[in-house]
Order: sequence, then structure tokens, then C-alpha cells
Amino acid sequence: MAIVAQSSKFSSYGRPVLAWGVGLLFFFPIFWMVLTSFKTDADAVKPEYLFFFTPTLDNYLNMTDNYDYWRFARNSVITSVSATLFTLFVSVPAAYAMAFNPTRATKDVLMWMLSTKMLPAAAVLYPMIFLAKGIGLYDTHILIITVLSLINLPIAIWMLFTYFKEIPKDIIEAGKMDGVNTWGEIKEILVPLAWGGIASTALLIFIFCWNEAYWTVRLTTIDAATLSKLIEGNRAPEGLFFGRLSAVSTAAVGPIVVLGWFCQKQLVQGLTFGAVK
Amino acid sequence: MGQIVLDKVSKSFGDVEVIPPLDLTIEDGEFTVFVGPSGCGKSTLLRMIAGLEDLTSGAIAIDGEDVTEVPPSKRGLAMVFQSYALYPHMTVRKNIGFPLRMEKMDQAEIDKRVETAATSLNLMDYLDRKPGQLSGGQRQRVAIGRAIVRDPSAFLFDEPLSNLDAALRVGMRLEISEMHERMQTTMIYVTHDQVEAMTMANKIVVLQAGVIEQVGSPLDLYHKPQNVFVAGFIGSPKMNIFTGPEAEKQGAHTIGIRPEHTDVSMTEGTWKGTVGVAEHLGSDTFIHVHNTGLADMVTVRISGDISVKHGDDIYLTPQPDQIHRFDAQGLRIE
Repeated sequence: MAIVAQSSKFSSYGRPVLAWGVGLLFFFPIFWMVLTSFKTDADAVKPEYLFFFTPTLDNYLNMTDNYDYWRFARNSVITSVSATLFTLFVSVPAAYAMAFNPTRATKDVLMWMLSTKMLPAAAVLYPMIFLAKGIGLYDTHILIITVLSLINLPIAIWMLFTYFKEIPKDIIEAGKMDGVNTWGEIKEILVPLAWGGIASTALLIFIFCWNEAYWTVRLTTIDAATLSKLIEGNRAPEGLFFGRLSAVSTAAVGPIVVLGWFCQKQLVQGLTFGAVK
Repeated sequence: MGQIVLDKVSKSFGDVEVIPPLDLTIEDGEFTVFVGPSGCGKSTLLRMIAGLEDLTSGAIAIDGEDVTEVPPSKRGLAMVFQSYALYPHMTVRKNIGFPLRMEKMDQAEIDKRVETAATSLNLMDYLDRKPGQLSGGQRQRVAIGRAIVRDPSAFLFDEPLSNLDAALRVGMRLEISEMHERMQTTMIYVTHDQVEAMTMANKIVVLQAGVIEQVGSPLDLYHKPQNVFVAGFIGSPKMNIFTGPEAEKQGAHTIGIRPEHTDVSMTEGTWKGTVGVAEHLGSDTFIHVHNTGLADMVTVRISGDISVKHGDDIYLTPQPDQIHRFDAQGLRIE
């Protein structure tokens, strides 16, 4: 009885406190970034202005005036949306094929795809840069979309494969008997049934694309540069301008935080990989 | 029309041959049941006819046309699955109308056909519900409805009643039989339940390990089982099968006698034994007799009026013209 009483006491008081504690810990960097973005560069490094300072919008105004935030944001939207759509376009049929028409090689193919994620990106950095420059695609949308799609394909196929596996094979076979062709099976049966899974996959891939920095920073200069590049570009040689950098960072992560906030349920579902039904 | 001919059809999964080459003809309008124990290949055979499983060798013809390479949707067959396999995101109306929509049929015609099917299956009140809101029996009716609307040349049923409770199963069994009487369309029905096979079929195909043991009408199989396997499989309770001196006396390696073909007396008879369990069904009583020296247990069906109890001595006499005789290979001796 004592144990039961103790554990229920923990559930009613301890757990919420712990949850809030962990939540605030994770949220703190975001909070600090947002707070700093309203300080001047000078105030940002002064301990006396840690929490109490005169807020200013200068960092945001400078950002749109000086760096053309909107161009970077537009590039981020174009590349992330296109890469997400292209990834889905390839991964839905691929995962469908592997889930419903597996061969002996299916498992190996899945493992091989996953193994490509283990390759250190730095190992192929220079070949990629030379290749991109060689074929004249350096700093273009098409290059960034291709690269983002390729690095996210394995995870998209794995996620979708896991969702599709949960659909009873009989239903797909009933479709075959009812006169549906392969495209029809995907459109009429698979997509409506796995809609939640496809949506969470799309959302995660979109977030990964938006946040991607390693390749987008190194494979772009101006024309296809995304918000990651904008943040990176604010490293001034004479030291970091924390106020300005925070404003740029806030404006870069803002859209994704808002999107994530509204899609929490799908995100959790996506991250748990269909492990909980 | 719906004559289906299997010509030396075989199936292997890797190195394992699950169905050695077999020939079978299912005549137009016939209700054929594939029956056999789990893993005998009956479902695989049905799926091969449906086109959901490739053939390793051989050919399948429907109405004289070779369909071996034809995809499932173009074979003109409809299938009812054990799991119902309804589309959970569609209403009953959409589920039933789905195959017609895939044929790009006119919407008014689809509505008409769906309502006709729903009326005959008592589903009119449920047309706008989703499968999740239906009971097992209703779901199976929807699955049958989806098969009927297409007006297929043959229906394929893959253990359609296995997921239903006993009472519902008997009801649905009758409905499917009536449907066959009414439509006179070819039906192939897979089951492991020999009672379903006996009650529904025009023709039963008994399978074991992918091999056809016997093809015949239910009463053929009951009266003249071609081998020991069929003898033991068809009939409920099972036929009593013995080897040894009693069989040799009959000039056979093995003999079989059905529980209902044994006369019982408390005073005299061919074999003496002791009553073990007596199962009283009311109309009949099944008694399990031990210590006969024939087998561990002999099952006998007697009238429910006769009173016997555990431990009673009892005498059994087989009806001589009902003894089935088999040779050392297990084949019937006429």
C-alpha cells in the first residue's frame, strides 16, 4: 500500500514537476535566443542586462534591410518544399513495393539504405563540391533539392515502410481482385489508409530539410542560399554580434517552431516510428 | 459461365514444393469446396486461381481461356477473404460500389447495383456506416456484397466464416448456400471445417500436403472414401480406424467403421468394452468405449434414449456392409 501511495504521490506531483523541468531546460536556449534578439549587440554581452534591458527591434529591421532575409527564406521554402515532395514521390512507391511485394533482397536493401546514413558527410564533401561545380549546378535550387532529397530518402522510406507494414495485405489484395492497378492501389487504398503516417513523414522530412546546414552552407553562395547560410553568414570576423545573430536565428527557426507546434501529434507519431499504435 | 481448369498446376516457395503438379476441373455453376488440414495448400491453390499467387508451373484456364499470366483484376473472379478485407476508410456503400467504380461504371448504375446487393444482404440500414461500426457478420456480408455486384464468373471464398462465432457461422453458411442456389454461379470455397464442406458443396476436393486425396460429392466421400486419410477426415465424429487381427479377419490391412454404423448391446456383440465418457446431445449420445482391444478408444453413436454411464460394460457389433477396408498403402479395397 505504501508503495502504491508513494507512486501515486509521485504521479500527481513529481511527474509534472519533472516534466516541466525537462521542458523548460529544452526550451531555455530558444527562449534565450529570442530574448537576445531584442537586445542591441552591446547589451547582449553585458551581464547587467541579462534579463532587464530596453528592448529594440533594430536587429529585425536591419535584417530585412541589410541581408534580404526574404530571399533566404524564399530559398528555404522552395528547397524544403520541393525536396519533401520529391522525397515522397520516390519513397511512397518504394516503400509500397517493399512492404507489399517483398523479395529476398528487401531486407538487405533497407539495411543498405540505412547504412548510407552512417557515411560521414565530410567524406564526400569535396567530391560533391567538385561534381556540383563540374556540372554547373553549384549554388542552384536543383542541386540543393537533389541533395536534400537524397539524404532524407532512407529515413522517409524506412518510416513509410513501417507504416505500410501495418496495413493488412488482404486489403491490398482485395483491391487487386476489385480491378485496381498498381497506381490505383497507391491512390485509392494505400494513401487514404496511411495518410497519418505519410503526413508525419512529410512533416519530419520538411523539418530536416529546413534545418539542414552542412550541405546547404557548403553548396551555395548567393542564389540558392537558405536561412542556414544566412545564420552562418553572420559570423563576423571581428567577433559575434549576438543580438543580430539571435534575430537571424529566431527568424530562421520561427516558421518551423510554429509548424511543429501545430503538428505536435503527427510529429510524436512520426518520431515513435509506428511503434505505438 | 465459369468453368475453371487447372492443368498440372504446381507451386514451390524456394526449394519447398507445397503443391506438386495437380489437375482439376471445376464445372460451371458448381459449388466446389477445398478442404483439408491447416497447411495442406488449399488457400494457396485458391490464391493461384485468383491470380494473387504465381504458378511455378502449369496453366489455369477460365472458360477455355488461358489466364495463367492474366492479372487478378482481369480474371473476372471475385474473392471473399477470411479477414473480410474491407476498405476501412470507405462507407459500406463505397465498399460495395468500389469494384464498379474501378470499372468506370456510370454512377447511377453503381447506385442501383449497390442497393440491389445491399437489399439481398439486409444491409440497407448500414450503407452509410464504415466497416469499423459493423459486427463481424455484417462485415462479412459487405465483403460478399462487394463480390456480388461485379457479377463475376466465379466466386472464391477463403475461409470466410472462420472469424465468426458458431451461431453466426451456421446462419451465414445457409445464406451462402442459398445465394448459390439462386445465382447458380461457380463458387470455390476453402475451409478446414469438414462440416462446412459436407453441408455446402456439390463437389469436395480433399487435400493433404498439396496433393488431392479425393474429389467427389459429399456422399461419395462419406460412403466411399478412397483412402484412410479421407476416411478419417470426412465425417463427424471421426471414423474408427483399426489395424491388426480384426482388420486381417476382414482381409485388409486397415479397417474403418463409422460411429453411426456400430450396433450396441449391453448383453452380447462382437467386441466387448467399457464405457468411458458418454456425451449426451439429446437426440444422440456419443459414447467413447475403452478396453475393446481394437484401439485406445472407439466412438459409437447411439440413440439419445438409451441410457449408459461411465464404467458400464458394453458390446459393439459393426454393421458388416458398412465396414471400409484399406490395403497396406491405405487405399480402399472394394
